[in-house]
Amino acid sequence: MSVVVKLSNVHKSFGPLKVLDGVSFEVARGEVVAVIGQSGSGKSTALRCINALETIQQGSIEVCGHAVHDEKLDKRKLRLDVGIVFQSYNLFPHLTAEQNIMLAPTCVKALGKKAARDIARDCLARVGLSEKADHYPEQLSGGQQQRVAIARSLAMQPKVMLFDEVTSALDPQLTGEVLKVMEDLARGGMTMILVTHEMAFARKVASQVVYMNKGKVWETGPGSMLDAPTTPELRDFVGSGL
Amino acid sequence: MTYQFDFSSLLPYWQQFAEGLWLTLQLSAISTVLGFVGGALCAIARADGPPWLQRVVGAYVEVIRNTPLLVQVFLVYFGIASLGLMVDANLAAVIALVVNVVAYTCEIMRAGIESVHKAQVEAAECLGLNRRQTYWHVVLRPAIERVYPALVSQYVLLMLASSITSQISAEELTAVANRIQSDTFRAFETYIVVGLLYLALSFVVRWAFWGFGMLVFTRRRKLGTAL
Ligand SMILES: Nc1ncnc2c1ncn2[C@@H]1O[C@H](COP(=O)(O)OP(=O)(O)OP(=O)(O)O)[C@@H](O)[C@H]1O
Ligand SMILES: [Mg+2]
Repeated sequence: MSVVVKLSNVHKSFGPLKVLDGVSFEVARGEVVAVIGQSGSGKSTALRCINALETIQQGSIEVCGHAVHDEKLDKRKLRLDVGIVFQSYNLFPHLTAEQNIMLAPTCVKALGKKAARDIARDCLARVGLSEKADHYPEQLSGGQQQRVAIARSLAMQPKVMLFDEVTSALDPQLTGEVLKVMEDLARGGMTMILVTHEMAFARKVASQVVYMNKGKVWETGPGSMLDAPTTPELRDFVGSGL
Repeated sequence: MTYQFDFSSLLPYWQQFAEGLWLTLQLSAISTVLGFVGGALCAIARADGPPWLQRVVGAYVEVIRNTPLLVQVFLVYFGIASLGLMVDANLAAVIALVVNVVAYTCEIMRAGIESVHKAQVEAAECLGLNRRQTYWHVVLRPAIERVYPALVSQYVLLMLASSITSQISAEELTAVANRIQSDTFRAFETYIVVGLLYLALSFVVRWAFWGFGMLVFTRRRKLGTAL
């Protein structure tokens, strides 16, 4: 299977604070990787490095053939291949759901209004929000906003999608509807890396779980790893019921 | 002691009032358009330009906001004259008003630009938008929508403040009034009429801005709430 994302010995500091301390892992095409770990262990930072939102000090990151660590990286080309969804949705408040989704296809791929609208409609249908096309973000629930954000990312047909705690701001019921969308994506063969606190979801959907601790990949393995942790840290983490 | 009002002696001057009103409207409209464009550019420079440019624009804004408009008008007028050029009063008035309103627009717009969360810009960049596209669609458009009411107030104020340019005898409404009252010796009546004309103009201008806003800001039209 071909490798889509590969981190090798990645080091990243914010000033004196070492956040990533030699992180390595690989993601093959169609794989779903769940990144878990305590708050502050560097999960978001790792994800942001993959998308070149942060620059790294040492090591290498390859994503769909792009050398992300390279200073000469064309970030816009990288981002054609990588979609990212954030915890805080970050929908554009002055645009409707449909316009939010149409923006990138019209700007970046120079598609006409009609073609972009067709894509938007299609993506909204995939996240189950066809009837909300003309709603503005403030008219949508958190879960609906997050699904629009996922649709907005999907519209650019990325080869890999990154999710950073996309359900953390949602109550359990809304969490369920977002997770269902992500599960459908996974089943459809999308390569995904997701930072999550939803252990049950990680166990069920992930083909690989990466447990991060103190800026390191502490333990990694299939979802079943969560049932039989080898390191005491992961045992504590799973046991704490997070 | 009773004052005998006599508005009838102003009647023969209605055409001059109308011309003054028209020039006031023109001065304000031109200054508003140029002021908006210039102010937006200054705000971008102030918020995201290179450090030296931020300082230059910042200094300009502070100087303008801390000196009287009347003095600015005189400085522009006599400044042009000192270059040995023929000064057209109306042109000098427009230049002074633009110089003034650009500074205020800049401050208002900057507040709008800074109200756009960094995460919004990040989201746009992650979708592959380039800098220019991101700036226009994700920063400026919501910023303008957000500060539009403040801008409208500023431009109504500009229209009223244009009366100051009567001091360099730009032929706008107040200058016309000054002349008429010295011709008719009916100062009180003249300024009552002029006051009402400004009031009416303010209403018209506010109404026009409201209509324009409804046309441009779809979200405001549909939801009826501020962004
Ligand atoms: N831009 C930044 N500047 C300085 N420090 C930062 C920055 N971003 C993150 N950090 C720090 O890096 C560390 C790791 O942050 P990160 O967001 O990657 O953690 P996380 O594992 O995602 O945590 P959480 O589960 O709370 O989201 C934290 O101590 C954080 O304070
Ligand atoms: Mg995080």
